[in-house]
Amino acid sequence: MTEEVILLDYWPSMFGVRTRIALEEKDIKFDYREQDLCNKSALLLEMNPVHKKIPVLIHNGKPVCESLIQVMYIDETWPGKNPLLPSDPYQRAQAKFWGYFIDKMVPGLAKLMWGAKFEEQEAGKEFIEMLKTVESELGDKTYFGGETCGYVDIALIGFYCWFDAFEKYGNFSIEAECPQIIAWAKRCVKRGSVAKSLPDSDKITKLVPEIKKKKGIE
Amino acid sequence: MAERSEEVKLLGMWASPFSRRVEIALTLKGVPYEFSEQDIANKSPLLLQSNPVHKMIPVLLHNGKPISESLVILEYIDDTWQNNPILPQDPYHRAMARFWARFVDEQIYVTAMKVVGKVGEERDVAVEATRDLLKLLEKELVGKNFLGGERLGFVDIVATLVAFWLMRTEEVVGVKVVPVEMFPEIHRWVENLLDVDVIKKCIPPEDEHLNYIKARMDSLKLKSVQ
Repeated sequence: MTEEVILLDYWPSMFGVRTRIALEEKDIKFDYREQDLCNKSALLLEMNPVHKKIPVLIHNGKPVCESLIQVMYIDETWPGKNPLLPSDPYQRAQAKFWGYFIDKMVPGLAKLMWGAKFEEQEAGKEFIEMLKTVESELGDKTYFGGETCGYVDIALIGFYCWFDAFEKYGNFSIEAECPQIIAWAKRCVKRGSVAKSLPDSDKITKLVPEIKKKKGIE
Repeated sequence: MAERSEEVKLLGMWASPFSRRVEIALTLKGVPYEFSEQDIANKSPLLLQSNPVHKMIPVLLHNGKPISESLVILEYIDDTWQNNPILPQDPYHRAMARFWARFVDEQIYVTAMKVVGKVGEERDVAVEATRDLLKLLEKELVGKNFLGGERLGFVDIVATLVAFWLMRTEEVVGVKVVPVEMFPEIHRWVENLLDVDVIKKCIPPEDEHLNYIKARMDSLKLKSVQ
């Protein structure tokens, strides 16, 4: 049976990046379809009727929604190459825990980027606090996955291309606050799957004012 | 002490749906465990040490090693004790189960909390929003005995939050959030759940639970008035 893998995505999405990296890690050929989020396609609405959000992974016609669920799905469907989650149940649970934690950073980041001006400082502080917690989990490991890039690395790296934008609006320096995270990110981007999947940070920073305009924020 | 066997301890709270779902999973698998009731207002050193990041229950301690986040704990239990599987085998169905579990926790739960926490018009809005979300669960149940299909599964265990928490608050709040006319499938599913021994055994006793919910609501009201 020919595998048909389609990814409905939006190029700057921190979430879409996760699924792209996972597919690349497994060497899966996929049809990347850029979505216009202001004018959602019939396919997107059909494949993710509950949330109407990207990314959506469509495998042989069947949709899988939510980026971390997609990463697990990819790992379970194509188990041979580059395992993304540890095989040991306890380690696997730890990885999933950190995946959830990283997702919990998102509402604060949304406030930082798209919220009211007075919310920026508080949201920025909260983000740095959480990032420091993640940084202490990294410790002196090469990757969160240990010697190999895994689920937690994939969960977080998509945020990296947004760091310049976060710093601009949060008025902090991530390198100063979380130097290990920056060092880790620089290692990650050397990896083929990540380099291929991560959008350009400058392009994202340039995009932000456009997004703000569309959302009607100053 | 006998030689080292499986040591399973659950730091939980008797009225918490997140804690109870772990108990359901452990009981379903026949895993003996020690339950340790936690006082959230006065967190124990063990809780703080076992879940330093969130300082929340439930925390499962397996041979001393802590696992936090109820959905993560459920998957860990399924990975570790393979009898009576909770998640489906097939990756696509596993993905669907995970999707609906997150939907219950991140959408239904968050919105339903506002039904209890708000009053007046804000409450009405929350009730409507909760119903819109529940319509999706209702649809999922058509033609099935359980959300997991023929047998109780991951999503059923997670959605006990709807069956035995949200629906129990109706009595206390005085609003039929989940009327049977609107949600016949959900009501049928709740009956099916109540037929399962493990569920009957693991949900909080109704009277005590209703009193607890009422007391919590009163204290929330008091806080909002101050």
